[in-house]
Amino acid sequence: MAGSWKWLREHAVNIVAGLVVLYLLIPIAVIFFFSFNDPAGKYNYTWVGFTFEHWRNAFGLPDLNSALFTSLKLAGLATLVSTVIGTLMAMALVRYQFFGRRTANFLIVIPMATPEVVMGAALLSFFLLVNTFSLGFETLLIAHVMFCISFVVVVVRSRLIGFDRHIEEAAKDLGASPFETFRLITLPLIMPGIFGAAMLAFALSIDDFVISNFNSGTTVTFPLYIFGAAQRGIPVEVNVIAMILFFFTVATMGFATWQQRRAEKMTSVRPEQESTLAVPAGASAAT
Amino acid sequence: MTAVRRRLSPYLLLGPGTIWLVFFFVVPLVYMVKLSLESGLVGNLEFNWHWKNYSDALSLYDTQFIRSLIYAGLATLFALVIAYPLAYTIAFKAGRWRNVLLFAVIAPFFTTYLIRTIAWETILSDQSPVTDVLKAMGLAPSGHVLATGGAVIAGLTYNFLPFMILPIYASLERIDEGLIEAAKDLYSSATQSFLRVTLPLSAPGVVAGTLLTFIPAAGDYINAQFLGSADNQMIGNVIQALYLKQSDYPAAAALSFVLMAAIMVMVLLYIRFAGSEALMGEEAR
Repeated sequence: MAGSWKWLREHAVNIVAGLVVLYLLIPIAVIFFFSFNDPAGKYNYTWVGFTFEHWRNAFGLPDLNSALFTSLKLAGLATLVSTVIGTLMAMALVRYQFFGRRTANFLIVIPMATPEVVMGAALLSFFLLVNTFSLGFETLLIAHVMFCISFVVVVVRSRLIGFDRHIEEAAKDLGASPFETFRLITLPLIMPGIFGAAMLAFALSIDDFVISNFNSGTTVTFPLYIFGAAQRGIPVEVNVIAMILFFFTVATMGFATWQQRRAEKMTSVRPEQESTLAVPAGASAAT
Repeated sequence: MTAVRRRLSPYLLLGPGTIWLVFFFVVPLVYMVKLSLESGLVGNLEFNWHWKNYSDALSLYDTQFIRSLIYAGLATLFALVIAYPLAYTIAFKAGRWRNVLLFAVIAPFFTTYLIRTIAWETILSDQSPVTDVLKAMGLAPSGHVLATGGAVIAGLTYNFLPFMILPIYASLERIDEGLIEAAKDLYSSATQSFLRVTLPLSAPGVVAGTLLTFIPAAGDYINAQFLGSADNQMIGNVIQALYLKQSDYPAAAALSFVLMAAIMVMVLLYIRFAGSEALMGEEAR
């Protein structure tokens, strides 16, 4: 009895941690199970019976497909633009001392400290008053790039801060031009950071509802489709597509981790650090 | 030549991003402030320093405003209590399970935010076994879980939990374990070494985590929309409805600005109080 009490005390933290993990994963399990549900009416809230029907019909709803396609296109473009712009900003902030550096840092932090509803409302005010933009894909892209930039900067910056500049100096000593040094040395070394940043930007963009809700006009993204469908009953196919996106992201994460390990083996930039998943590396940069 | 280039290059690198953020973040905020001081009918608004928008908005929606801050504060508190043990386990005890656990923490991000919240709607519905358990524990006095303030707070806690776990984990992971061993060598008990070494050293992570949880939670309206009732509406719901349904732009703009200002003040006070520059970037070397 005393032994089991001791065991419980020693493992209390781990037990709590296990319960928290369970809590984190429960909704995912629910989404997964309900993708096999065969609901009686329009609402997919109570379990009725098992069917593969909706997995077979995953891409059978034209409205859902076009919303998903819009989201993928939007997230792809927003990721591309914000990753390039954000990486350049991170380079400037880590590598140069210059007038206005603190202001630039502030400008990057503020969007992350602003509630989405305020950003969405402010952008809509702007678009309504300026009148040169018509609400739709264009305004969505502008908005998505805007809120992704800060996160890209933070992730890439954390990678650059741990960077050993001697490697670049060695390349220069060996006759490499600044551009060659960047392309052949710097870029491959910070690539895991850039890749992590791009993944984060993609995830933020494809998941965004609030800001899109304000600035979409009549364009429908995947989250906006779900919101619209929630009132009249969400088709089970939404769960299926959510799970497909989930598994796709997991595969991409696996690839990113593998790539990061490889990059760290290739060089030994930070031999003292264990390689961790790409996105946590980004989140740790936020501290 | 090179000296000039070296002086100019940071500005060239910053250029595109700065332009984007100024044009599509700073300028819109200025427009919103201007809009919040206008009066008249939509399509015929006139800028005339109409401060009454602010007093009207605040007196009409003070309940939702205070409710948002309370819900977000409670959700942040619960998230902190839940997140710390998991972050601690991942940082110090997980061993080769570390990456698996980190994956579990970010896994919810891979499913759409709205679908996650709707999944909670299913989990907390009246027919759900979870609701029966909560009722048996006496946690659902009204007989329902869904459409209560508790459900909204639970949803907020869940949805922003990873934002709490990851920064705490990151700061715990950076702690030199030698320091904890030193405390033990100096005869501190496990509790003492935790309270006097580990906890203070993880403070930056706690500060960052609470901010990253509180800020989005205070402005959220999805959880209140799906998990709450008309009595649980938050300020985000009001802003959203005023903007997108009633087209009362000046009132909505005034409320948005008040929300932002309130959060900024709280964040600055908090950072000052916690003595951390957690949200600001590191200096160049």
